[in-house]
Amino acid sequence: MSRVLDSFTAGSVGLVATSEEDSRPLELIDGSRVAVIGGGPAGSLFSYFLLKTAHAVDLSIDVDIFEPRSFDRCGPGGCNHCGGIVSESLVQILATEGIKLPAGVVRRAIESYVVHMDVGSVRIESPVGERRIAALYRGHGPRQGEDLPGESFDRYLMKMAMGQGAQVVPRLVGGIDWSGDLPRVFEPGQPGDPYDLVCIASGVNSNFLRLLEGSGVEVTPPETTRTYICEFRAADGSAEERLGHSMHVFLLDIPRLEFAALIPKGEYVTMCLLGEDVDQELVHEFLTSPEVRRCLPVDELPCVCQCSPMINLRGVREPFADRLVIVGDGGITRLYKDGIGAAFRTAKAAATTAVIQGISEDAFRRRYMPTCSSIASDNSIGRFMFAFTHVFKHARFTRRAILRKTTVEQSRADGPKRLSFVLWNMFTGSAPYKEIFVSALHPGFIGGLLWNLLAGSWPTRRRKRVASAER
Amino acid sequence: MRSGDLGTVYSSGQEIVRQGDVGACMYVIQQGQVEVVSGQDGNLQRLALLGEGDFFGEMALFGGEERSATVRAVGDARVLKVDKRTLLRRIQEDPLLALNILEALSNRIRRLNERVTASEGAS
Repeated sequence: MSRVLDSFTAGSVGLVATSEEDSRPLELIDGSRVAVIGGGPAGSLFSYFLLKTAHAVDLSIDVDIFEPRSFDRCGPGGCNHCGGIVSESLVQILATEGIKLPAGVVRRAIESYVVHMDVGSVRIESPVGERRIAALYRGHGPRQGEDLPGESFDRYLMKMAMGQGAQVVPRLVGGIDWSGDLPRVFEPGQPGDPYDLVCIASGVNSNFLRLLEGSGVEVTPPETTRTYICEFRAADGSAEERLGHSMHVFLLDIPRLEFAALIPKGEYVTMCLLGEDVDQELVHEFLTSPEVRRCLPVDELPCVCQCSPMINLRGVREPFADRLVIVGDGGITRLYKDGIGAAFRTAKAAATTAVIQGISEDAFRRRYMPTCSSIASDNSIGRFMFAFTHVFKHARFTRRAILRKTTVEQSRADGPKRLSFVLWNMFTGSAPYKEIFVSALHPGFIGGLLWNLLAGSWPTRRRKRVASAER
Repeated sequence: MRSGDLGTVYSSGQEIVRQGDVGACMYVIQQGQVEVVSGQDGNLQRLALLGEGDFFGEMALFGGEERSATVRAVGDARVLKVDKRTLLRRIQEDPLLALNILEALSNRIRRLNERVTASEGAS
């Protein structure tokens, strides 16, 4: 058995291979056992699709999901540390899969984005005029949120997997013993149970690489960066009143800050900051900026929960081996956006491959790898798009051009809305970066943007009209 | 509409799609019921009554984009639009997704067969 895993991380080698004889077939058969390490969206969706596909081909298998946390709990103990947005495209695909997100799980259905800049703000409505983005909690809610009604997203997905027959083992995995014919998943101090397939879905914020120690498999850690997430409580209803059904994003010229958003969730507001070395100084500068205070003075609200989770910037190149597959952001995810969407894609691709094609490294390479490669290559284009956004964000006249063009597009009922389309998809993560890039190459987009860069550089009657509309 | 409800709510009798209109999306019912009717004004025949989880408008994805029937809400109904482009992009990566739509179409053909058989038996 050969296991080769390496990473895109620059300069890394990350290659270790072992060989041993395998007496069991490298496919799932009646009675096969599958261990899923981690019960977040990637693990639960993998289990759900594995069992659903197995039922479809009359295959009887057992799936154990190892998850020590209870997603019914509030605060960090029940949370997977994430902004909690299900993208427009994923909401549609889940609906097509027959997976409905009930109102108890969705804390706020989002219908528009408001872009805040120092030169003004502009609202970008959903292209179809419908609420198709879900703001939700991964655990039951922030600290002190015991009285919150509804259910956590992760718990909801886990129940779906259990509905297909998965068993949840509420214990911590100590490691995996790869020395025998079959991998043995063990708890600390225990001999462990053999499994035909191990799916690692414990995410980039766990020490999942430790699970591979001694296995003969070595994965160079994914390249990551830290984010900052904070939950504010506005018990006076100000958040509901001022944020409405919109997600509020900020394009501010604050050093080291790449992206910032306020996400309404009932009487709570989730603040997400993304950048380089996000520290308290950067957080303070953001919170006290006039643009944020104008939107909602969150620095006057109590922060009830906060965390600094890592996100995956460059994934594992081949997140699989014989009897092993990594799904979710422990393997690969979309750059900055739609992490849950990427978890869905990798989980389903890995699950259907395991049932239909087998659980060998070769099977995963043929049928699971294309999904991972597609995400990786799209991320390369995404890096370019974010670099482009970075340039536009840091000059006042380019910010003014963005505001001017978007305001004009949003004020008319018909006609192309090319910049709005690009911004909407960059912020929501609904479309692949390649598609956004192609739309940004349209002569109408480039010409319109150039015109607004010129027109926005000196005062005219129209500019004053746009400025008054912004106010 | 509750703050966590996704999609759009249509009131009873409100048309969601109209026969002859052009469309490039299908719909998934999130809550409530809709009826599919066809024919000329005053002589509309109900083809189907659909409920939570059912699709409609999927024919626009596979053939002409002209709607073959009118669909309207029966009581309040909440439906979610699924864009043709989003769906086809995902089906390209994950052909198994199309099985859900094929299953719905297959069930619809089965129900139509049963109706034809029943009407032939009655005559």
